[in-house]
Amino acid sequence: MTDALLIVLLTGLGIGGWLVVVTREPVRQTLVVSIYGLVLSLTFFVVQAPDVALSELVVGSVALPVMLLLAIAKIREQAAAFDEEERDE
Amino acid sequence: MSRRARLVVLAVGLALSAGVLVWGLVSVPGFGHYSGRYGRILARDTVPDRHATNAVVVTTFDYRGVDTLIEEFILFVSVVGVTLLLRTQRDEERARRAARAAEREDPETSDALRWVALGLVGPVALLAMYIVTHGHLTPGGGFQGGIVLATSLVLVFVAGRFAIARRGRGHPLLEAVHGTGAAAFAMIGFGGLIGTGVFLRNFISSGGTGLLTGGMIPLANLSVGLEVTGALLLVVTELLDQRLLRPRR
Amino acid sequence: MSVYPYLVAAWLFGVGTYGIVTSRDCVHLIVCLTVVQSSTYVVLLGVGYVTGGKAPIFADIPTTSVTVDPVVQALTLTDVVVEATVTALLLALAVQAHKRFRSVDPDQMGLMHG
Repeated sequence: MTDALLIVLLTGLGIGGWLVVVTREPVRQTLVVSIYGLVLSLTFFVVQAPDVALSELVVGSVALPVMLLLAIAKIREQAAAFDEEERDE
Repeated sequence: MSRRARLVVLAVGLALSAGVLVWGLVSVPGFGHYSGRYGRILARDTVPDRHATNAVVVTTFDYRGVDTLIEEFILFVSVVGVTLLLRTQRDEERARRAARAAEREDPETSDALRWVALGLVGPVALLAMYIVTHGHLTPGGGFQGGIVLATSLVLVFVAGRFAIARRGRGHPLLEAVHGTGAAAFAMIGFGGLIGTGVFLRNFISSGGTGLLTGGMIPLANLSVGLEVTGALLLVVTELLDQRLLRPRR
Repeated sequence: MSVYPYLVAAWLFGVGTYGIVTSRDCVHLIVCLTVVQSSTYVVLLGVGYVTGGKAPIFADIPTTSVTVDPVVQALTLTDVVVEATVTALLLALAVQAHKRFRSVDPDQMGLMHG
């Protein structure tokens, strides 16, 4: 039973990692990597590592997406400012 | 380097890594057949030795405490690095242009989102405190709890105006929390040096009931929890751009 | 089954590296790096796993139970924290790089373009 579950989860991880890499648009990728973190966390739970599962859960579903989205927003803000400067010149 | 050349280099590198990997896998114990003694000894000694039930946290903060101290310093230094990087060359003129550009495009946060966020603050903060304080007994600990606590405060940002958020980057209070957490863990180490003559050795009696077991481990969890909360919030406030904070119309 | 987790870890390492090499956006590149790093968690926890072993938390199991290895779990815990801090630092660098080079494409960030 555990073995079957593990095989499913590990396969899911393999597919998930690939999906994260091929999603090239950063905002969409943030969502995908967050789901990938969830699968990672479930896998850790199944291999009897609840502490690691919990920390991957909080990193993957809170810390990482928040930091990513804010960084993307900041980069876009800068890009908008650059555009505005060019228009003024 | 052209993209094609880059892919060739990648292919060669990955092929070499695959070779090393196969070589390494030959001597790795098969999945599910681990028989290392060190981990078994630590797992067996955790309860009689420290009266704490979470062997992972006991290993992290007590048996391998120095590793964790160094890790906390990595965390501390990189967050200082983040604040330095994002605070240098702040260009006020450019910031005003950006705010103007953003003003035109951005929708307001909806009231529904604000109220849901506000309602979640209390329960999430309570959960965080549970995770931090019960780290040595059940899964959890300072790191996980610290991020959850930071989450509850990020929810406050989402819910609306907040002194720290409004002041924008790097509130001194957050810096103080972050630094205090890191320093407290080092102080616990010195406590071991004074109490037992060995840096970071558990110097508080492990006996006791309920939460008060594990000697210094709950204290270490608290200090790491503080540090991580401060760290994540510092990074978030440094990255937050002003348009997310502008007052409601 | 006995090598499958390691193969998955190798695959994650490989696709993550591929993503880094072909990335046109530094934020995308940083996320690919987290995929590479996640392969190390899979290896570490895979090494310490014991078939039928329980989590090394004795709150509700007898202290004599067979458990999985707590040391690799402590290591992985450290690994996850380091991943989060590395990501924070790299994102700050990406924001600064965009400010300096006016582009998020790593290929546009040479000294020549500054």
